[in-house]
Amino acid sequence: MPLDEIKIGGMGASRRRVEDNRFIRGKGNYVDDIVLPDMLHMEILRSPVAHARIKSIDVSKAWDTPGVRLVLTGEMMAARNLAWMPTLSYDTQAVLATDKVRFQGQEVCAVIADDPYIAKDACAKIVVEYEILPAIVNPLQAADPASVLIRDDKENQPGNKVFDWEIGDKAGTDKAFAAADKISKIELHYPRTHPSPLECCGSIADYDRATGKLTVYMTSQAPHIVRAAVALVAELPEHQIRIVSPDIGGGFGNKVPIYPGYVISILASILTEKPVKWIEDKTGNLISTGFGRDVYLKGELALRKDGRILGVRMNTVSDHGAFFSDAQPSKFKIGLMHSAFACYDIPVAHMMSTGYYTNKAPGGVAYRCSFRVTEAMFFQERMVQAAADDLGMDQAEFRRINFVKDDEFPHRTAFGFLTDSGQYGKCLDIGLEAIGYKNFAKEKAEAASRGRLLGIGISTMTEPLGAGNSREYDILGIKMFDSAELRVHMSGKALLRTGAKSQGQGHETTWAQIVTHELGIPAEDIVVEEGDTDTAPFGMGTYASRSTPVAGAAVAMVARKIRAKARKIAAHLLEVSEEDIEWELGRFYVRSNQDRGVTIQECAMAAYSNMPDGMEPGLENNAYYDPPNLTWPFACYIAKVEIDPETGVWDVLQFVAVDDCGVRINPMIVEGQIMGGLTEAYAMANMQYITYDEEGNCIGANYMDFLLPTAWETPGFELYEVVTPCPHHPIGAKGVGECATVGGPAAFVNAVMDALKDKGVRNIDMPLMPNRVYEALTTGNDVYGMPPVRVGN
Amino acid sequence: MYPSRFNYESPKTLADAIALLDSGAGETKVLAGGQSLVPMMKLRFAFPGTVVDINNIPNLNYHRFDSDGTLRIGALCRHEDLEHSDVIAKGQPTIAAAAPLVADPIVRTRGTFVGSLCHADPQGDWAAVMIALGGRVVVQGPKGKREIAMKDFVLGPFQTALEFNEIAIEAVIPAPAGQARGGYLKLERRVGDFATASVAVALEITGGKVVRAGIAMAGVGGKTIDATDAASSLVGQALTEANIATVAAAVAAVAEPRSDHRGSSDYKRQIIRTFVTRILTSIANSTKKAA
Repeated sequence: MPLDEIKIGGMGASRRRVEDNRFIRGKGNYVDDIVLPDMLHMEILRSPVAHARIKSIDVSKAWDTPGVRLVLTGEMMAARNLAWMPTLSYDTQAVLATDKVRFQGQEVCAVIADDPYIAKDACAKIVVEYEILPAIVNPLQAADPASVLIRDDKENQPGNKVFDWEIGDKAGTDKAFAAADKISKIELHYPRTHPSPLECCGSIADYDRATGKLTVYMTSQAPHIVRAAVALVAELPEHQIRIVSPDIGGGFGNKVPIYPGYVISILASILTEKPVKWIEDKTGNLISTGFGRDVYLKGELALRKDGRILGVRMNTVSDHGAFFSDAQPSKFKIGLMHSAFACYDIPVAHMMSTGYYTNKAPGGVAYRCSFRVTEAMFFQERMVQAAADDLGMDQAEFRRINFVKDDEFPHRTAFGFLTDSGQYGKCLDIGLEAIGYKNFAKEKAEAASRGRLLGIGISTMTEPLGAGNSREYDILGIKMFDSAELRVHMSGKALLRTGAKSQGQGHETTWAQIVTHELGIPAEDIVVEEGDTDTAPFGMGTYASRSTPVAGAAVAMVARKIRAKARKIAAHLLEVSEEDIEWELGRFYVRSNQDRGVTIQECAMAAYSNMPDGMEPGLENNAYYDPPNLTWPFACYIAKVEIDPETGVWDVLQFVAVDDCGVRINPMIVEGQIMGGLTEAYAMANMQYITYDEEGNCIGANYMDFLLPTAWETPGFELYEVVTPCPHHPIGAKGVGECATVGGPAAFVNAVMDALKDKGVRNIDMPLMPNRVYEALTTGNDVYGMPPVRVGN
Repeated sequence: MYPSRFNYESPKTLADAIALLDSGAGETKVLAGGQSLVPMMKLRFAFPGTVVDINNIPNLNYHRFDSDGTLRIGALCRHEDLEHSDVIAKGQPTIAAAAPLVADPIVRTRGTFVGSLCHADPQGDWAAVMIALGGRVVVQGPKGKREIAMKDFVLGPFQTALEFNEIAIEAVIPAPAGQARGGYLKLERRVGDFATASVAVALEITGGKVVRAGIAMAGVGGKTIDATDAASSLVGQALTEANIATVAAAVAAVAEPRSDHRGSSDYKRQIIRTFVTRILTSIANSTKKAA
């Protein structure tokens, strides 16, 4: 009898996560759990002000503190050419400030001491004299020619502008707008938020002068990129650098960039010749590391009376903070913002994007998102809802009319992407049925009789996941492929390594399932390792939902290479020619006699003990996978909300999620990813943002101001599934980790806006806090959220 | 967490604790639940030389009604003790309504009622409840005990009338004249958030008429705001739609909210007005039902 794939933990098995065995027992091994002999501890002194010239720094009292081993200033870094470092977007970022501080929380000094208490005490004794400069907290201020220049460290810096960028067909789009029956316009701000992994960033740098080897244990989603960057920045030979990412307590894009703390700890270890540990605290993480979003949109749709979209115009203005340090594919300055409208059949589109420096923390990282795709899809779905309202059309019908149809793939989007598969209409139908769309008018009337306002909000989108293909996607010139290496031991147990790096996604569980699917080796017989650049094959890491689309594909491909070799061994063992052999899960057999066969485990043993003449021994291989295209999952999210008009408080009555992420490797993990993503989407829509006051003080520097939703507030989510396999992925899978974060926010916001439609309100910027909703519904005005926050009576 | 260096003392008697405070010259802080003190030490906003942990002192963990109806809450009574208390559920509706809204379930297992009063955070729930109830704080120092009315206990944000060598050992809520009725409503962005605005209402009703009306607010000023004067027009009256509206407007008028990222001052007043109306209307409806 053939093996039962589900029973042995193959594709489609909701296998329990093997990594949880250690996580739930408190046996995870995070950076802060690692203790090395003679290890020193580092603390960073951060700027209390947003923008100031440094007049003087007096570190003498810190040096005098017993137990202090080293105090580093920008000047000392500069003497070693390390005061500035390159970012992943061809900009520079201060490691320790020399001339000016450019945001509140910027790294100014570092103290290395025998324990973290001493380091912190000594930091407090450093005296820095600042000459305060005006703080710029939004792009309007940044663009004002009269404004102070933030990046006066750069030659030929044109004001506070980071870039101008455009894509699409301007002339064609102008023509479409000229021919339109109606033009729908909306202006929005996707506010600054933070990925806020529960584990903050940290590193232990361990430089061994005797061997010349630098080992860095650190919280990186992309250890190989870090190795390359360290080789460049620290001018150390790449083979003498080992980056180890142990267990990571969440990344969400926050742990892609290279932070000053990592670099300082490396120099500190080189100077002290001791391991140096740096563990960031929560405030440090929130105020200085890669934020997400902070993009403004002016969006316009050219519409025909019958509901067809004739053209799209998008103008985005992004706030990058003091340094352009978000990791974006180098061709695309505003990431994949131009993936907007990919699920709609639109003839022509044009986008202009401008980025600005401000006196805020650097970032714009892809927070659970493929390079600005979250902003793209939010803008898209808010524009779509406004357009449906402007035409007086049903919002579901308007979407359906404009969807790319099932038989229109492959489809070239107006901005130039190639989508390849989907059943958009079917997903929408399932969602509408589940939310009870037909009865909604009756429900709304009933609620109105109780003095409550009901709204329904839809968000439908396909997004590009799994960067990349190497033609278009690179980071610092390194192409975005990924890799897997599989070693099958003689007993048929296996070790799999990939170039990706789990931060909670469950790779140790799901990668094994792919091998099980390809080879029939039970999943429990496969161990998965990632994150150590000395052992893992070169890969670009985990973000942009690229693990399954790229590294996961490499896992399937390497398993197939192993199977091809095992087939030759099987032919040898069965004494027939290879052509006479058939494969079923876990076993080769002779076509003419199904009872005569050998298992994959028997082939593995033979690979070490009884290989055919002339065959290389062993059963190991690797695969580098360069995907032919991105993967395009589709999602339909629908929220039903009720507003209390006396307070502006809104509750989610029902939320329906229909996800088509292709073939699901582990359905339980997929559902967990969707629930987690929707929770983050709800947080952004409802409560979460980081804003600034006029002086550039960060409001959101701790968990009392930056809110993470708890089980108490988070609504229930009903999940539905549609499966359209990815046509080019070896196992038909598409990315899914980000779909819900990307598509979710618009569903909540559209629902609240739907409830307020009759009040003449067109937009409230996120988060839709009760005070903003109340203001909109009582005044009928839109509510914008651009900082600074005004404080007073 | 990496607080500043401090000494830790864990006395077994109140007298020892007071002696430690007395010799500490103002550099000493009392630790009960630690839910405000410890985060402040983590952030190094607070850096006491010595922390006196009173958790090992017997006979401070209680809440009980005296035979005359006076409610006494000891210094080590946790928020969750009040949240899950049958006697509170039966006898003190304002506290019963507020207890589940204090912070989050984790904080409630450890944090204390009296400790919260001593912290004197303008956004604290219990200070508003105590003022509405006309409560008193019993404090003990080297010279013995004294009682301070709650409205005099808090001097300003994070400042109280406690001397450096005194410990607040008990909160006292006087016996109601008639039936105790009340409620507490708080607008928060998330469980565990500080109040954007909150209102505590404590009425004493006899024969369908209000004999005492206490109302206080948190989150809408630099300190807990006593709106009992604004509520005084209810005394001698049965609750009606009209007098509820009048009082709700009067209470909102004495709030002193600031505009910030949680909302404008007008919005916060609107919340106060709405909450006062809702609590009083609910009392009015259930009083009618009972009658």
